[in-house]
Amino acid sequence: MPQPIARSLRGTGFVLGVGFFVILAAFPFYWMVITAFKQNSDLYDVTNIPFWFNEPPTLEHIKYLFQETLFARWLLNSLIIGVCVTAITLVTAVPAGYSLARMTSRKGEALGIMIFLTYLVPPTLLFLPLSRIIAELGLQNSMWSLVLVYPTFTIPFCSWLLMGFFKALPVEIEEAAIVDGCSLFGAFIKMAVPLSVPAILTVVIFTFTLTLQEFVYALTFISSSDQKPITLGVSTDLIRGDVFFWGEIMAGALIAAIPVAIAYNLFLDRFIAGITGGAVK
Amino acid sequence: MAVIAEPVAKPISRYRFILDRREVLEAVLVAPAILYVLLLVGLPLLLAVYYSLSAYTIYNPTWTFVGLANFEQILQDPTFLDTLRNTFIFTFGSQLLGLVLGKFGAFLLLQPFPGRKIVRALIILPFAVPVALATIAWQWMFDSLYSVINWTMIAAGIITREDAPNWLGNPYLAMLCIVIINAWRFFPFAIVIFLAGITAVPQDVIDAATVDGAGFWRRNYQIILPMILPIMAIGLIFGIVFTFTDLSIVFLLTMGGPGGATSVLGFAGFQTGIVSGDVAHGAAISLFMLPVLLVVVIFMLRFIRRREI
Repeated sequence: MPQPIARSLRGTGFVLGVGFFVILAAFPFYWMVITAFKQNSDLYDVTNIPFWFNEPPTLEHIKYLFQETLFARWLLNSLIIGVCVTAITLVTAVPAGYSLARMTSRKGEALGIMIFLTYLVPPTLLFLPLSRIIAELGLQNSMWSLVLVYPTFTIPFCSWLLMGFFKALPVEIEEAAIVDGCSLFGAFIKMAVPLSVPAILTVVIFTFTLTLQEFVYALTFISSSDQKPITLGVSTDLIRGDVFFWGEIMAGALIAAIPVAIAYNLFLDRFIAGITGGAVK
Repeated sequence: MAVIAEPVAKPISRYRFILDRREVLEAVLVAPAILYVLLLVGLPLLLAVYYSLSAYTIYNPTWTFVGLANFEQILQDPTFLDTLRNTFIFTFGSQLLGLVLGKFGAFLLLQPFPGRKIVRALIILPFAVPVALATIAWQWMFDSLYSVINWTMIAAGIITREDAPNWLGNPYLAMLCIVIINAWRFFPFAIVIFLAGITAVPQDVIDAATVDGAGFWRRNYQIILPMILPIMAIGLIFGIVFTFTDLSIVFLLTMGGPGGATSVLGFAGFQTGIVSGDVAHGAAISLFMLPVLLVVVIFMLRFIRRREI
């Protein structure tokens, strides 16, 4: 085959391949956007071409979402849960990650792996006993139960992530501070923590997105509408009996999904490095 | 800086003295995290095991020990065996599909082209967005009446409106749907894992292989693949764990239906333990995940070790 034809064939194949993947990945989100802004008469007419607006787009669904449903409340709940869980995670995981990184011998490594493995213990195995513990504490049907339980997966993950980071931080900096009269604990607070601000920021973002993505615990512990976080509220509470308000549901899903999607894209590489435990150098 | 030169005349408290011992400080710093995990993961895990061996229900919360009776009853239930089979089909079907898609996607994204960053950002979407929200978007796309997939196939003349598939109403199609959604959710993860692995392979190794006469396939399958195997395995382990124990896709999309055709372990445990309140049997159902998790953990430990060599 002549060179130019072969090359253009490969080029076309490449473009088609990339196009296939982009459509496969992004179409459901395109579909969310289209549905969220379509008028109902347009939405439920099977003779219309569904891929574009046949009637002018509308903000009706979003208005309904904020005025007639608890959507704003769910957003607020998710925000409160996220902030509290992030605080708990930082207070426990930053010292733990530091300690595991600085432990001499293989003890730190072994302990770190053990903590990380608890990240793999699934909610569907723990929800029964945890719901009993939540009831004992009088937190049933309250979003504070989620503040208590979510750190069980954010602490292991973030400790592991921070351990990798602190290991990369030269220990000489802290030794210099100790020689200059700093205590061991002071070296951690005044030297290691300020230097790890980028890693801590990553932890904050991930804790937040992990709490937004969680579904199983929220479903198990919470049944009152006004206590639900956004993911649970949108996916279970906008359905009245058998009637699905697709415009509202898609608008809600879209609003909840956008911040998570952006955060993930910005911090993806660190997330992967965390999961693979620094297997990528 | 003058402060450093002066002798520090602070009252030396006992507390400070203890914290200045390295192993004590290390223990104090790591303790809260370990305590949290022990209390809210370790303890519940033991509690789950105990529930499964008892006759505990929310209506009759006794701690009567019944041995393995719950497990025996579950194993005699034909619908549970279906659930077990469904879980394996769901897990391995979607991981296989996800891996194949991931391999091809990574292959495409390896080459530089204009707009690659945007393409990558779009392809990451399924993995980034909360799975519950993505699932309801798919539910809308699989709608019995307004399915956009059916509309497209009808418009393309592949099917007629009369014999348009009822995606979530047919047992086989419903299983296919949950497999597709889960594969769709994990293939971006597979792509990123592949990419991370391949870019970590040193270029000189590939060059050396090329000089020694290794062709495209040989380079791919005898040089690169073995080198990225550990990182791929870690990615796959995550995929398997999170799929095998998943509840949200089935709960939102099919409710285990039609007729239990898509019921998986996590869902069955939820229905029995939470909805019906039969905690003992629910815990026993959930505990069937444990053998798979243990195998996976053992693999994980081996790969983490190997990584260091």
